[in-house]
Amino acid sequence: MSTTPRDTTGTVTRAEVCATACADLFRGDGEIVAAAVAGFVPMLGSRLARATFEPDLLTTDGGPALSAEPVPLGAAAATAEGWLPFRDHLWLVLNGRRHVVMGPSQIDAHGNTNISCIGDWERPQRQLLGVRGGPGNTLLNTTSYWVPKHSARVFTAKVDMVSGVGWDRGAHEIRAVVSNLAVLDFDTPDRRMRLRSVHPGVTADDVVAATGFELAVPDEVPETRLPDEKELRVMREVLDPKGLREREVPA
Amino acid sequence: MSKVVSIEEAAGALESGMTVGIGGWGSRRKPMALVRAILRSPVTDLTVVTYGGPDVGLLCAAGKVRRLVTAFVTMDSVPLEPHFRQARQSGSIELTEYDEGMFMFGLYAAAHRLPFLPTPAGLGSDVLKVNPELKTIRSPYEDGRELVAVPALTMDVALVHMNRADARGNAQYLGPDPYMDDLFAKAADRTYVSCERLVDTADFAKEGPVQSLLISRSQVAGVVETPNGAHFTDCAPDHGRDEAFQKFYARSAADPGEWAAFQDRFLSGDEAAYQDAVRVWQEESR
Repeated sequence: MSTTPRDTTGTVTRAEVCATACADLFRGDGEIVAAAVAGFVPMLGSRLARATFEPDLLTTDGGPALSAEPVPLGAAAATAEGWLPFRDHLWLVLNGRRHVVMGPSQIDAHGNTNISCIGDWERPQRQLLGVRGGPGNTLLNTTSYWVPKHSARVFTAKVDMVSGVGWDRGAHEIRAVVSNLAVLDFDTPDRRMRLRSVHPGVTADDVVAATGFELAVPDEVPETRLPDEKELRVMREVLDPKGLREREVPA
Repeated sequence: MSKVVSIEEAAGALESGMTVGIGGWGSRRKPMALVRAILRSPVTDLTVVTYGGPDVGLLCAAGKVRRLVTAFVTMDSVPLEPHFRQARQSGSIELTEYDEGMFMFGLYAAAHRLPFLPTPAGLGSDVLKVNPELKTIRSPYEDGRELVAVPALTMDVALVHMNRADARGNAQYLGPDPYMDDLFAKAADRTYVSCERLVDTADFAKEGPVQSLLISRSQVAGVVETPNGAHFTDCAPDHGRDEAFQKFYARSAADPGEWAAFQDRFLSGDEAAYQDAVRVWQEESR
């Protein structure tokens, strides 16, 4: 049931659709840490989820403070309810009460991802970050991904280095991928990537054309839901009044 | 007994071929003044163990690194480190690439004189493929679980930068995160602590609770006072990251001509000359 009034709907931006889709990643997660490290949009999404339908989520202020309230993007926590320095964050990976959103440079059909380097690992064409926490996150925690620019370079048949393990390599749970075009999940018998919904203004063909492997596409692909009136207000007036979300999504 | 030494004396503890741990994390509370002192010294062929940031970039650019052991190299607000990228892409350094948690377990193992610590992190990923020396171990209990046996990240020397220290080597952090600096200190045979300010032991309590006394003098070989010694990385609450200078560094590092000019201007003298040059640069770019 949507509570979105028609006059608001017309003005919803793609970035706001993406942030709402990122919020929906956390639906049902309850009292766990939302570690949305991949950028403004998933960070906004996690705080939006907490501010609306997942009030028990734990979120950070981008630093080691677990904030007592979901804080606006870029702000420090006015009140901390906990402390999560890097060392405890890494122990929490093993503990498991955590859902992380990462940003892959490459992702394949089973959700294996690469943030380490492009090309041969011994002598890469392009060195990127390194594996960071990808191996542990994906093996032990629920993991989702945010891709601000959906392309066949990112959605590729084979990743050059598996820094995040996919469903076929023992992942705990790769829940979904939110891109600037669509929401994708792995709700197929062999856990291959599937098109769950397309954002308003995007067709299934657009997504297929921007994906470098064969995507499972159902006969009917719904549109990604729009934020409701409250969600829009919370994003615009409370959590991201500066509109940082808009910088991250190509027009 | 005082362990206060000069910055050149601390860097002088390094010998070519050694394994050197560097504290901090990314572009946060890195012992940059000590790194700059290494750049001025003749040592080379180092194995560097660190959660990498511009410390790694500078050491790579100066040809000091034979092998890097890390989980990432980043400057946080500038995601990719140009010198590290060049070093990898030109094949001039060897790399041991671990998951962040695996790396931490390697530190914990070394800090506690264990040969390894077990963790599931790494299984299924290419980390095991690119590190063929890594072994797994099976739990001897009923679960029978397979785990990665992360070897101890032992090191000859560790370098860390703290907010305060006393002359005996006790050291205090005042920012929001200790990073892994105490583990580096315990993992190394000799640890050198640089600090923003040397204080009397009695003055620690004026700025932080007893829990902020992260490093004990029993782990420390030498202490150096280097105000602004983490520059240009973050050293809260004494100073934040110098974002403008970091951007300037990254831009310079990406171009050989600009890098030569950067070196000439900032890295050709001692630490005092560096701090002076930075002050002039900051005034000019205001």
